[in-house]
Amino acid sequence: MIYLDHNATAPLRPGVFAAMRPWFEEHPGNANSVHRAGRLARQAVEQAREQVAALLGAQPGEVLFTSGATESINWALQGLRPGAPRCVGASEHDAVLQALPQARRLAVDGQGLIDPAALPETLAAQGEAGLLSLMWANNETGVLQDMPAIAAAAAAAGWWLHSDATQAVGRLSIDFAASGLVALSCSAHKLGGPKGVGALLLRGGHAIERGQRGGSHERGLRAGTLNVPGIVGFGAACAAAGKALAEESARLRRWREEFEAQLLASIPGSEVFGAQAPRLPNTSFFALPGWHSEALLIALDKRGFALASGSACHSGSDTPSHVLAAMGVPTPRALGAVRMSLGHDSREADLQALLAALQELAGETAGGGRFAGLLNG
Amino acid sequence: MIYLDHAATTPLRPEARAVLAAALEPDAVHANPASAHAAGREQAGRVARARADFAALIGADPAEIVFTSGATEADNLAVLGRARFAQEQGRRLLLPRTEHKAVIDPVRHLAGQGWRVDWLDPGPAGVVDAQAFADACGADTVLACAMQVNNETGHIQDVAAIGAALAGRGVPLHVDAAQALGKVPVRVGEGIGSMAFSGHKFGAPVGVGALYLRSRPRVGIEPLQFGGGQERGLRSGTLAVPMIEAFVAAAKAAEAARQAEQQRLGTIREALWQRLSAQLPDLIRNGAAAATSAHVLSVSVPGVQGEALRASLPALAASSGSACSAAQAESSYVLRALGHDDAQADASLRLSFGHTTTARDIDEAAAMLLAAVQRLRAMHPEAA
Repeated sequence: MIYLDHNATAPLRPGVFAAMRPWFEEHPGNANSVHRAGRLARQAVEQAREQVAALLGAQPGEVLFTSGATESINWALQGLRPGAPRCVGASEHDAVLQALPQARRLAVDGQGLIDPAALPETLAAQGEAGLLSLMWANNETGVLQDMPAIAAAAAAAGWWLHSDATQAVGRLSIDFAASGLVALSCSAHKLGGPKGVGALLLRGGHAIERGQRGGSHERGLRAGTLNVPGIVGFGAACAAAGKALAEESARLRRWREEFEAQLLASIPGSEVFGAQAPRLPNTSFFALPGWHSEALLIALDKRGFALASGSACHSGSDTPSHVLAAMGVPTPRALGAVRMSLGHDSREADLQALLAALQELAGETAGGGRFAGLLNG
Repeated sequence: MIYLDHAATTPLRPEARAVLAAALEPDAVHANPASAHAAGREQAGRVARARADFAALIGADPAEIVFTSGATEADNLAVLGRARFAQEQGRRLLLPRTEHKAVIDPVRHLAGQGWRVDWLDPGPAGVVDAQAFADACGADTVLACAMQVNNETGHIQDVAAIGAALAGRGVPLHVDAAQALGKVPVRVGEGIGSMAFSGHKFGAPVGVGALYLRSRPRVGIEPLQFGGGQERGLRSGTLAVPMIEAFVAAAKAAEAARQAEQQRLGTIREALWQRLSAQLPDLIRNGAAAATSAHVLSVSVPGVQGEALRASLPALAASSGSACSAAQAESSYVLRALGHDDAQADASLRLSFGHTTTARDIDEAAAMLLAAVQRLRAMHPEAA
């Protein structure tokens, strides 16, 4: 199988399981216990906290461990400035949109970008200062928001800014200290750590309501026995991702650009969404003429390629991506969108093989193809 | 180090270790079970099998299992999610004072929002009987809670009888079964609306748990965490497949070993109690053998602070109460609810056993404990 779905989840980075293993096998210890086993577990957690903080340019004390980005996002959106107005981007992940169904949704342009220049007026129109949540990198298109300009506009309006940086962490250099963000959510498994662990970064001096209740863990803010092996694995993945970041992101970007250039050149009518905006190095959201995404994914699946039609959380649905809809992409074109996302274990040959398969499949649709019925109906 | 703190967390069972080693090795399939491609479907199939196996273990339907990050999340979902759903029906809750903090803290939060809470006092028996639940149940009560095995004392509550007593009133019973699975028989039953489980208490890794949520008649709850709509919309978030598989492997192993293990631990525990009480005649046992799960021995040493005793035993991992309260160093609210005064509650030590505990551990622990008590009493003779 050729796995090109790293935005859904990435394999563990080398060394991550080795770091976790002793905490599975040798050291029983509840990190909240005061005895020696508990202290050892706590030390391991604090070391991981430093590793996460180091990758993100944060203070260790600003890192709160959770069960994943979904929990972090829900906690931030409910717990920061409760009762105050909320604004979110129209192309956010469902964890944001479903957590705040009533929030004011900010429009994005044809490339998926929020216009920072429009923020002062939009925020002022909400009456009182509240919480703005905008994702750093879109999970489907890879499009990057202009976070510095957004943060400046939010700060000028007295708004707090939270960012779902799940897809950005480990793929871009992030400096939380300089970012102007009040809070940032991320998860370990997107950057080569284990599933079931994530973090909420919360800038010092900013209050949050308690999340999960039932004990004094995480400074009394988030109860629940700390997932020591998972947290250790998260820390190890952050350390490895940080070390590899510059080389890896340059390499994946080069491969991705080459792939897109060849795709667009060799398959007339193919298109890449969000291509004019700054994007993550690893992501390409594209469509072939005459192919519905589900049909294309099945055809690719049969040839051993794992790709996605967008968010994994939405697999199997026949509605077009809400991200592309927000970008104003007409439904017939949006229904063809397929996401390719690279990761630390990807090889250049994977992309060459994918390109060859796409070229072959694009040829199959000559003369009408399997898409027409779906789209014209 | 002698580890007698299995009620805080217990080492992985070999069955769970094997699952993790296979699932996390470099060549293993890593995919998101929500993905439609072959690798994603393979992972989804693993989750479905694990869900069916776990459901069968407790007599539930697979669609009644919601995987979570642990029992704290499962308890929060059962209490706060239920409250959000049922608040129009009534704003009243019923529970003993001895529940775990993962239940009590959400309940206190609701009390702060104006909910009425009927607290039940277990008294020296350590448990509340079914009739007391039925008597205290009001027309506007929308949830009752009862933990099956108490985490500090090991007291076993007859949740089947409590559920049956509440069934006629239409009030679902939430059972915190975190300390129960693998120790006492755990089955869903009449009147039981939900049950919370924690993997790391029975030999699965920490960071995974489950909520059983009855579908017929349906117990309505609102989700607390929104997003991709996983777990039938009740708990969004990417499923941690290796953790879920390890959780179920450990649960099956713990249940298969339950009777033999409880018998073995019961023998070990009584041997420890005999040795300690023979040397320390004033030692208090917080829960009779027959009333408590064999994996817990809670004692109070008159005149000796549990915290000081624990601190003077660096080579013995035990607990002066629940690990969840350790950082706060407050005296045990559980023991106070059993009628102990603050001094007696302060003097408590919880020794808890598990699948790796041996008779030799107990011998060494007894020797260490007796020496430490004698040392502390010699330093403060007036206290004894």
